[in-house]
Amino acid sequence: MSIYTEDQAKAILDKVVKLSKADQCSATLSGSNGGNIRYALNSVSTSGNVSDADLAVEVAFGKRVGTATINTFDDASLEAVVRRAEELARLAPENPEFVPAIDKQAYKPSGTFVEKTAAITPEYRAQVAAACIEPCRKDKLVAAGFFSDSQSFSAVANSKGNFGYQKSTGMDFTCTVRTDDGHGSGWVARNLADVSKFDAKSDIRTAIEKARGSVGAKALEPGKYTVIMEPAATAGLISFMMFGFDARSADEGRSFLSKKGGGNKLGEKLFDERVSIHADPWDAEAAVLPWDNDGLARERTPIITKGRVDYLHYSRYWAQKQGKRAVGQPGNLIMAGGDKSTMDLVKGTKKGVLVTRTWYIRMVDPQTVLLTGLTRDGTFYIENGEIKYPIKNFRFNESPAIMLNNLEELGKPVRVGDDESPFVMMIPPMKIRDFTFTSLSDAV
Amino acid sequence: MDRRDFLKITGASLGGLVIPSIYGRAVAAEALLTKVDAATKKRLADVALQAARSGGASYCDVRIGRYLRQFVITREDKVQNVVNTESSGVGIRVIANGTWGFAATSDMSDDGIAKAARQAIAIAKANSRLQAKPVELAPVKGVGEVSWATPIVKNAMEVPIKDKVDLLLGVNAAAMQAGASFVNSILFLVNEQKYFASTDGSYIDQDVHRIWAPLTVTAVDQKSGKFRTRHGLSAPRGMGFEYLDAKPADKVELPGGAVVYRDSYDMKADAIAAAKQAREKLTAQSVKPGKYDLVLDPSHLWLTIHESVGHPLELDRVLGYEANYAGTSFATLDKWKSKNFKYGSDKVTIFADKVQKGTLGAVGYDDEGVKTQRWDLIKDGVLVNYQVIRDQAHILGLDASQGCCYADSWSNVQFQRMANVSLAPGKDKLSPQDMIKNVENGIYIIGDGSFSIDQQRYNAQFGGQLFYEIKNGEVTRPLEDVAYQMRTPEFWNSCVAVCDESDYRFGGSFFDGKGQPGQVSAVSHGSATARFNGANVINTARSLG
Repeated sequence: MSIYTEDQAKAILDKVVKLSKADQCSATLSGSNGGNIRYALNSVSTSGNVSDADLAVEVAFGKRVGTATINTFDDASLEAVVRRAEELARLAPENPEFVPAIDKQAYKPSGTFVEKTAAITPEYRAQVAAACIEPCRKDKLVAAGFFSDSQSFSAVANSKGNFGYQKSTGMDFTCTVRTDDGHGSGWVARNLADVSKFDAKSDIRTAIEKARGSVGAKALEPGKYTVIMEPAATAGLISFMMFGFDARSADEGRSFLSKKGGGNKLGEKLFDERVSIHADPWDAEAAVLPWDNDGLARERTPIITKGRVDYLHYSRYWAQKQGKRAVGQPGNLIMAGGDKSTMDLVKGTKKGVLVTRTWYIRMVDPQTVLLTGLTRDGTFYIENGEIKYPIKNFRFNESPAIMLNNLEELGKPVRVGDDESPFVMMIPPMKIRDFTFTSLSDAV
Repeated sequence: MDRRDFLKITGASLGGLVIPSIYGRAVAAEALLTKVDAATKKRLADVALQAARSGGASYCDVRIGRYLRQFVITREDKVQNVVNTESSGVGIRVIANGTWGFAATSDMSDDGIAKAARQAIAIAKANSRLQAKPVELAPVKGVGEVSWATPIVKNAMEVPIKDKVDLLLGVNAAAMQAGASFVNSILFLVNEQKYFASTDGSYIDQDVHRIWAPLTVTAVDQKSGKFRTRHGLSAPRGMGFEYLDAKPADKVELPGGAVVYRDSYDMKADAIAAAKQAREKLTAQSVKPGKYDLVLDPSHLWLTIHESVGHPLELDRVLGYEANYAGTSFATLDKWKSKNFKYGSDKVTIFADKVQKGTLGAVGYDDEGVKTQRWDLIKDGVLVNYQVIRDQAHILGLDASQGCCYADSWSNVQFQRMANVSLAPGKDKLSPQDMIKNVENGIYIIGDGSFSIDQQRYNAQFGGQLFYEIKNGEVTRPLEDVAYQMRTPEFWNSCVAVCDESDYRFGGSFFDGKGQPGQVSAVSHGSATARFNGANVINTARSLG
C-alpha cells in the first residue's frame, strides 16, 4: 500500500513526533502510485507501475540537524528512523544557518486530486498508445510517445503542532510523430490534473499535421525575427528565469536581479507592462499543494505585476537575516494573457516565425539570463496571417528578460508541463519581436 | 545531467527534508561500509531464475543491486548538507512470447522475488500482443561465478565524514582568501554493489566506485554589478578517494599558465586559481565574433565529444527509440553502410570502451552480463560502428553485443547507454605548446561550460571556463563572452591536429540523462588537446539596459 488516508497518515506522523527526544522534530510522509507506457517505432517499448511510500524525519539538537528516511511504517521501524535521525544530528556539525521548525500553519485545501485520474488503468494507457500508433501505422508515419500518470499523497507534521494532508493526481502526455522518410516531425503535449479533459485521438492529429506540414523545410537566414511562440516554446525560458528570483543570490550580487552597488531589484519595472505572473495554489487549472517543501503555507503571490518585480524567494534563513516574512515557495506560475489562440496570433502577423517548442535550453550567461536552445518539431514561416511553408530549425540565443520586453501580443494561457521545470505553468502563446536566432540546424 | 535532480540534491531549490527518491533512502555513514556476500545473492538470484523458467520465460536476467551514495555539500565556511543514501532491491527481466518484460521489487524474500519474476512474465505476455518482431538476442556464453571491482586505492566510503568536511572547508577558505566572493564545493561519492545472474549461466558480482569533486567560485564586482564564475577543472572518475591526493606529477601547466589535472586532483590549488581567474574574468576582453582556429583542452573537449559523437552513435537513437525525448541521430545506417561517410578528418579516430582504468564507464561486465571491451566508432575520419546491446547486435550484423547495457538502479530496466567515447591521441609527437606555435588567430578553451545540441546532433553550441586569445603562435590574453557554434560533421572535419599520448586526459559526466522515465549514467571521455580550424565564435554578452 502506498496511498494512506488522512487518519492513517496522521497516526504515523503523531507517533514519530512523540518518539523524538530531540529539541524539535519534523516529518513528511508521502506516497504515490504511478503508471506509464512508452512507445516508439509504432510499437510499445516499455510499460510499468511504480508504487512507493516514504517517511522523512528531520530532528535538531540546538543547531545540529539530522535527517533519516524509511519506507516501512511499523512501530519498530518508526522508532528506528527517529533514533537514526537523532544519531546523525548528534554527529553533524552545527549549521550556522539553522532556523527552527515552522510554527503551526493554516493550510487551505487546493483542488489537486481528481478521482478519474486516480482511476487510470493499464488498459487506458494501452488505449492512449494505440490512439497514437494506429493512425500513424496507416499513414506512413512513425509515432514515439510517453504517457504517465500518478496519484499521490503528502502529509507533514512537526513538534510545534503543525499538520497537513492532501492527495494529488496528475498526467503527462507527449508524442512525436515523424514521417517514415525522416523529413517531417511534429509534436504534441498535454499536462493535466483531470484525465477526463484528455483526448489522445484528437491531440495526435496536431502532431500528425505538424509532421506532414514540416516536410520540405526551407532555410531562412538566422537573425532577429518576429515569432509566435506556442506556450510550450516559452515555458522552459520562463522557468529558467525563475532561478534568478532567489533573494539571497540577488542580494549577493549574482543574479540578473542584483542591483549595481548592492541590493536587489524588487519593486523595479523590468518587463513589458503586459507581463503579469503570479502563483496561486488554488488556481482551478493548475492547482498545487498549499505548502512548499519546507511545509510553509503557500499564498497567492504576485511575482511580476504589470512588468514590475513583486516577489523574490526568501528562504527562511535569508528572510530572518533580512527582516522579511518568509512565505511558501511558489509551486506554479500563472501568466496572464488574452483570449486569442496561437492561430489567432498567426492571423494578425504580417511576417514571422511560428515555433512549436524549444529544446535543450541551457544557461549561457546568468548575468543576463542569456539562454541558448533550439526550435524543434514544427517551425513555420508566416506571411500575411498565414502559415506559408515549413522552415529549418533555428538555434536561439535570447534572454527571457529581453524577450518579455519585446512583447507584441499575448494569447490565452494553457497549462504546460516541462521536463526540466519544478513548476506547473499556465503560459499564453506570445507574439514577440526581435527574437534572436543565431544559426540554422539541419535537424528534423 | 538531469538539472532537476541535481538541484534537488544540492538543495538549490528545495529545503533539506526532501531527499529525491531516485537516490533511495538515507542511511547512517557506517551502513555504507557493509556488503552482502555473493553466496546469499546467488541463492536469491536462483530463486528468480527458477521462477522465470517455470513460468515459461525463454530468457531471464536478475540484477540484485545495492546502490550507495554520499553527498557532502558546502558553501564558504558552512556545511549545507551531508546525505547518505542506500537503495537495495532486485530487478528481473525476462523474455516471454518473444517480448521483454521487467519487474522490480525491494522485497528480497524468496516469495517477493518469485512474485516479481512472475509479474515480469505477465507484462511480457501482455505486451507481446503489440510486438511486431520477436526479440533477437546476440548470444553470450555464461561465465560462471566471477567478480570484478574498480581498482581503487582508498574506499571513499571509509573516509570519515569529518575528513571530507575539513577538506571542503579548507578548499573554500583558500578560495575566499584568494579573492572569491563566494565558493561552493561538493563531494559526490557512489558505490554500486551489483550482482548479475542470467539463464545463460553467469553469476557476476561487481563492486563499482565513482567520485566527483565539483567546485564553483564566484567573483562579484558590486560597483559595476558584474559577476563571473569559474568552475573547477577536475573530472569525475571511476576511482577511490586517492583521486584527491593531489600528486604533483598529475599537475599539468598549460601554455598561458592555467593548470589542469591528470589522474589526481589538487582541489585547493584549483580553488585558489579559480578565485583569481574568476576575478580576472570580470575585466577580460570581450571576444570579437568571427572565425577562429580553436585549440581545445581535454577538460573542455570531452563534452563536445560526448554530445556530438557519443550520443549520435547510440544505436537506439539512430533507430528511433528515443525520438520522443532525446531525439534521433544524423548518423543514419545508410551513412555507416556506405563505408565512406567522413564524420571527421583523417586525424579523427574515436573509440568506445568500458575498460580504460579510472574511467566512469569501466566495469568488468555490463548490466546484461557481456564482458566489456574497446572498439572503434570512427576510424581515420570514417564512421565504422555504433554502440549496441544484445537485442540490437543483429541489426548491424554483429554476432555479439559490445557491452553497453546499463540501468541506474535495480528498479529501472537496463537499456543501451553510452560507453566511454574517446578521441585517440595523435600518432606523431605533438605538445599543446607546439600546436599553439602554428596558430595565427585562435582561441584556447579550457574547461567545460554551457552546452546545447539539437535532437539529431547536428547543431551545437559550447562555452567553456577559461578562454585565451592566441595571436601568431602565442597565448596573449584572457577573453570573455566566448561560445562557438558548430555543425557536427564540419566541425570534426576541421580537426587538423591532435596532440600525442602524453597529453591524453579524461573528462566526464556524472549525470548523463536518457530515457522515459529518465535514468542517469556516468561516462568518461578521453582526449589530447586538439585543433579545429575556422570555427564560428559568437559573443554572448548582452545588456539588460
